[in-house]
Amino acid sequence: MKEILLVKLGEVVLKGLNRRTFEDVLLKNIRRRICSLGSFDINERQSTVYITPKDGADLGDAEKRISKIFGIATYSRACETEKNISAICSAAYEYLYKELSAVKTFKVECKRSDKKFPLKSPQICTEVGSFLQKKFPSLKVDVHNPEYTVRVEVRDFAAYVHGNSKRGAGGIPVGTGGKAAVLISGGIDSPVAAWMMARRGVELTAIHFASPPYTSERAEQKAADLLRRVGEYAGHMTMFTVPFAKVQEEILSKCPENLFTVIMRRFMMRAAEKIAQREGCGALITGESLGQVASQTLPAIVCTDDAAGMPVFRPLIGMDKVDIISIARRIDTYDLSILPYEDCCTVFTPRHPRTHPVLKFVCQAEETLDVDGLIENCVSGAKITKIEPNR
Amino acid sequence: MTEIYFDNSATTRVCPEAARKAMEMMTQNYGNPSSMHALGFRAEQELRAAREAVSSFLGAQPEEIYFTSGGTESNNIAIEGAAEARKKRGKRIVTTAIEHHSVLKTAKHLEQKGFEIVYLKPDKRGKIDPKQVRSAITPDTILVSMMRVNNEVGSILPVEAAADAIEEKKAPALLHIDAVQAFGKLPLHAHRLRADLISVSGHKIHAPKGIGALYVRKGVHIVPLTYGGGQEKDMRPGTESMPLIAALGTAVNALPDLNKEMAAMKELNMFLRKGLSEIEGVAINSPDDALPYILNFSAGGVRAETMLHFLSEHGIYVSSGSACSKGHESHVLKAMGLPRERVASALRLSFCRYNTIDEAKIFLSVFREGMKAIVRRPL
Repeated sequence: MKEILLVKLGEVVLKGLNRRTFEDVLLKNIRRRICSLGSFDINERQSTVYITPKDGADLGDAEKRISKIFGIATYSRACETEKNISAICSAAYEYLYKELSAVKTFKVECKRSDKKFPLKSPQICTEVGSFLQKKFPSLKVDVHNPEYTVRVEVRDFAAYVHGNSKRGAGGIPVGTGGKAAVLISGGIDSPVAAWMMARRGVELTAIHFASPPYTSERAEQKAADLLRRVGEYAGHMTMFTVPFAKVQEEILSKCPENLFTVIMRRFMMRAAEKIAQREGCGALITGESLGQVASQTLPAIVCTDDAAGMPVFRPLIGMDKVDIISIARRIDTYDLSILPYEDCCTVFTPRHPRTHPVLKFVCQAEETLDVDGLIENCVSGAKITKIEPNR
Repeated sequence: MTEIYFDNSATTRVCPEAARKAMEMMTQNYGNPSSMHALGFRAEQELRAAREAVSSFLGAQPEEIYFTSGGTESNNIAIEGAAEARKKRGKRIVTTAIEHHSVLKTAKHLEQKGFEIVYLKPDKRGKIDPKQVRSAITPDTILVSMMRVNNEVGSILPVEAAADAIEEKKAPALLHIDAVQAFGKLPLHAHRLRADLISVSGHKIHAPKGIGALYVRKGVHIVPLTYGGGQEKDMRPGTESMPLIAALGTAVNALPDLNKEMAAMKELNMFLRKGLSEIEGVAINSPDDALPYILNFSAGGVRAETMLHFLSEHGIYVSSGSACSKGHESHVLKAMGLPRERVASALRLSFCRYNTIDEAKIFLSVFREGMKAIVRRPL
């Protein structure tokens, strides 16, 4: 029995004349993610990617990786068989023996994209269904509410038998949506924001602000670990660690305390924008969620946004914390995020930050600072770390 | 950059003798001490020598020493094993609020199993009042577990008072002493201390991590927590970790004369106490009569973690609270009733024989620099 992985493309198929570009990127991403697992034949026909293991490569490992690649709607392990009805019947029996032994009702669904195949889809269903019923006398057909569905696909080069498909990661392939820089702190939100944008095809660059000695090397390690988890979906990326203590000390000594956070965030935007531009990014990504903390109220975001010279994507802006947490759990970043290391956002938090800062006054408060000099320091002092996804 | 290591209560550098011994046991003398052949016999000889080294330091018999994976495991076996063995004679266990988590969490686990645990509170300097110990021990107390030296502030606990009270009240209690911080630093004579159980650890005295021992007085029965092939008389089965055990024995033998080392530590400690108390805002948290190997103080208004990273950038390694509970506020300082900002800015220096007065001088000057450079936030 020859087992392969059938991967069905998602939104990509709607891309009209650009479709080929999207498919090529997706194939490249798939190759890149599974090449380290062994040798696989990967090719695409009829909106489906066929992944065939060679030389004993493990399909189970490949399946896990595939479940985290954006641009895939569903995937399933399937048995490849010759295109004649008796081969299809016995393949269904052998390949799905365990699953069919465990249920009481089933049905057979068929797709026949090769119209030259002598039997039509309903006929194939009937043939396979009655064959299986003979083999499993206690099994009943239930076309409305079956416990298990046997799927038969008759395609151009072979026929395939499989059970229920699994849902893929959805979205569109990473690399088709341009490049953006995500501001990653180490909290729960920013990795989720990064993941959501990667799902829309955005290739990521990461920017982390570190304030030694107020923050520790462990906080930076934590950010890198989080990105590695996100990287299982978003692929490899570069992390820039920006030295930020000087900026924070300056703001603290020269500006009103209650404006500290909003001014700090404006500096983050400026430094991030400089790096993002240099790296060829078209936008910034943050994990802000409206009203979550004082710096994320609408007036505060107005002030922060003013300092950014490029679009800022805030995919979490309208989401509740519980929803954000449930995504964080799904992508397995939550447990890392809650490790108790101080990050640059929390070390200097004022007791009573302004929740309704006014842009005019914020700008006035900044006049005492050497903005360009401080930003230049941040950008030139940034440390580069290559982030390879977790294996 | 010079490296100054003032975090010896967290762990120590392995001494060259012990490191060599471990290497020898891994590459040449690698036999299993249970094997019948000559290589096995040679390993057994090493096991015996290590056991003798530890037992003679504790004034005990070799057969009273059981090797474990370290202080945590020794404490677990001692406390749970004693409680299990004596549960028919009572449910009351006396301990203190400033024990190590390996004691406190074992106690909590026993609490859930129906034991009654009494936690004695320290005073403002981290000391436990002997009178309080005497009155807490009742005729139905089955176990008293106390540390000899507190790991965070260095206070010396009155284990003698516990032994007295157990005798006076004729309590069926075993006396367990967690001597992890005292081992190799204070004389620890098991019989003079009237201890039934003593936990010690290797990596605080320049042996590798992952090795410790439990003293169980001859005639005392406690229930083991793990089951296996009979090693360590079934108290702690599993093939003996010979590289670590032999290294522990070697490290014990390499300990310098206790009195001489104590004098050097006192000098170092006094020098730092004096230097620190001249700096504005610094408050010493360790009691005056603490073990001189440990000095805990608060760096007025500067968050401990920030100062720790600042010192670390200068190659000076210290601890905030205790290394076992990174990122959490110290339960010991809290139990002492210190104000929040003093707890949040508490640093612990801990010394060993490799430290010098010159290092202390460098530390003081870098620390002074840090007090000036670091921006303070309300804690």
